[in-house]
Amino acid sequence: MPAAAVAVRRRTAGDREDLLGRLMLAPALAYVILLVGAPLVLAVLLSFTSATAGSLTFTWVGLANFSRLVRDSQFQLALRNTVVFTLVSQALVIVLAVTAAHVLDAAFVGRRAVRFLLLLPWAAPVSLAAMAWTWIFDSTFSVINWTLKVAGLLRGWLYWFGDPTLAMIAIITVHVWRMFPFATVVVLAGMSAIPQDIREAAVIDGAGFFRRLVSVQLPLLLPIVTVSVLFGVVFTSTDLGVVWLLTRGGPYNSTHVLSTLAFQRGILGASLGQGAAVALFLLPVLVVVAAVMLRVARRAEVGA
Amino acid sequence: MRARRRRVWRAVQRVALYGAALAFTVFAVFPFYWMLLTAFKTNRDLYVGATDLSHIPWIFNEPPTLDHIRLLLTQTPYLVWVKNTALVGALVVAITLLAAVPAGYSLARLSGRWGERLGIAIFLTYLIPPTLLFIPFSRVIALLGLQNSLWALVLVYPTFTIPFCTWLMMGFFRSVPRDIEEQGMVDGYSRAGVIRRVVLPLAVSGILTVVIFAFTLVMQDFVYALTFISSVGRMTVSLGVPVALVRGDVFYWGSLMAACLITSIPLAVIYNLFIDRFIAGLTAGALKG
Repeated sequence: MPAAAVAVRRRTAGDREDLLGRLMLAPALAYVILLVGAPLVLAVLLSFTSATAGSLTFTWVGLANFSRLVRDSQFQLALRNTVVFTLVSQALVIVLAVTAAHVLDAAFVGRRAVRFLLLLPWAAPVSLAAMAWTWIFDSTFSVINWTLKVAGLLRGWLYWFGDPTLAMIAIITVHVWRMFPFATVVVLAGMSAIPQDIREAAVIDGAGFFRRLVSVQLPLLLPIVTVSVLFGVVFTSTDLGVVWLLTRGGPYNSTHVLSTLAFQRGILGASLGQGAAVALFLLPVLVVVAAVMLRVARRAEVGA
Repeated sequence: MRARRRRVWRAVQRVALYGAALAFTVFAVFPFYWMLLTAFKTNRDLYVGATDLSHIPWIFNEPPTLDHIRLLLTQTPYLVWVKNTALVGALVVAITLLAAVPAGYSLARLSGRWGERLGIAIFLTYLIPPTLLFIPFSRVIALLGLQNSLWALVLVYPTFTIPFCTWLMMGFFRSVPRDIEEQGMVDGYSRAGVIRRVVLPLAVSGILTVVIFAFTLVMQDFVYALTFISSVGRMTVSLGVPVALVRGDVFYWGSLMAACLITSIPLAVIYNLFIDRFIAGLTAGALKG
């Protein structure tokens, strides 16, 4: 019984080890409690006040910030945009990532190079990548417009950041571009965890490619795809840099998302209370994501 | 007949595979190719409106130039931003190591059943995004008098590096066989001695991973830098390049893309070497067993 042996030895070292464990954990725990936990509580508190950046006083205003926001059409639009950007980009990301993972799983010449190149968008700092896309979508020099024109697909002109729909397409493109490499690698890791004999058994049973994909691969991939989508939802719905750098919420405030609106109101507009209230609408998303993630993790543990 | 059909089918599959691989690669790489072109094109070649269909923007129409790079390195604060980023990065990495390595070990070995739960709880704090925290932080930073100071970033960045790196180190220490440690203790080391002489040398590659990730996470941040830093001389690369490389209203696109390129590529190469560890850390729960 190795467990008993461990227990005996543990007891001899006893209290000191307990103390050591706590001491070693203390700095990290203190950091997280003081600088993540406390600010999170402060965010909730601020959203019930009319605090401004200028003064250090708090005036409790109850739900006034929230009731004003719910009736605020700009806020409603930001909320809708956040949902649209997140759902559309994640739907595209799943399709692209599962496809790309299957491509990378197959044997072909140059696979390692392709994998390296596919990961570039995820590895590059998001603000720098966003600037590259800003330049690509430039109203005068857009290479996309040039190419579409030459291909004969474009009659007029596309002012990417001058038109709300085009601006939204541009933002979603950047989100997809940035997230799909990450999702691909996650799905690929999930695929390599599927035992080879299951795949072979399906082949021997005469299942064709699509049958194998739908009945064997995808159900087994579901937990890992879920995890990648959850991360994708968190990273996309809370992202500030892409929208801020591409459009600053424009044209005519039509592409604001919760994070950029919170920044505009809370930091630029200096009304911390309002900004905090806007950002707080992201909290339910995170709670749901965390809950689902814990479930997936637990189920995987039980299944093992 | 059947064999031939199968051969054709296989050829089609190969073509589709290469086609898909190519399409994905082009989509992923295109903005970097665009950075590269822009960084080395002469202004005359660069600023030709896209309505001029006879001028092909995809290639160098004139010989490449180093002017934009020279401008970036000598006329702009880019090197100051690099220095700031390196300074903040080094301090944040140090803080992260001091907090996350012991905590990871403690959660993996010493704290028993609640260790696991506490580990998951710490990891979940990684999911709390800067977007929820930058507003309360702006108040905290103001109270501490750290507005427009790099110290604000040094203080705040560990809030996302510590949770993630603690989780990574926890997974790493778990993979060190207990037997080795117990052998060390049989040989007369105390637990602390075992950690110092046996475990840490085994964990060098894990610690290296943490260093890389803490640094890349620092480089990725835009929100906190945007919130706390306002003077150009105190910016980091990922804030200064997009916000401050402007002349009046006009962006220095050549130099800007040069800055994006020479910052992103080395980072991406290092990151790529460690990405599998990163993914393993993020998906540890779902992939278990």
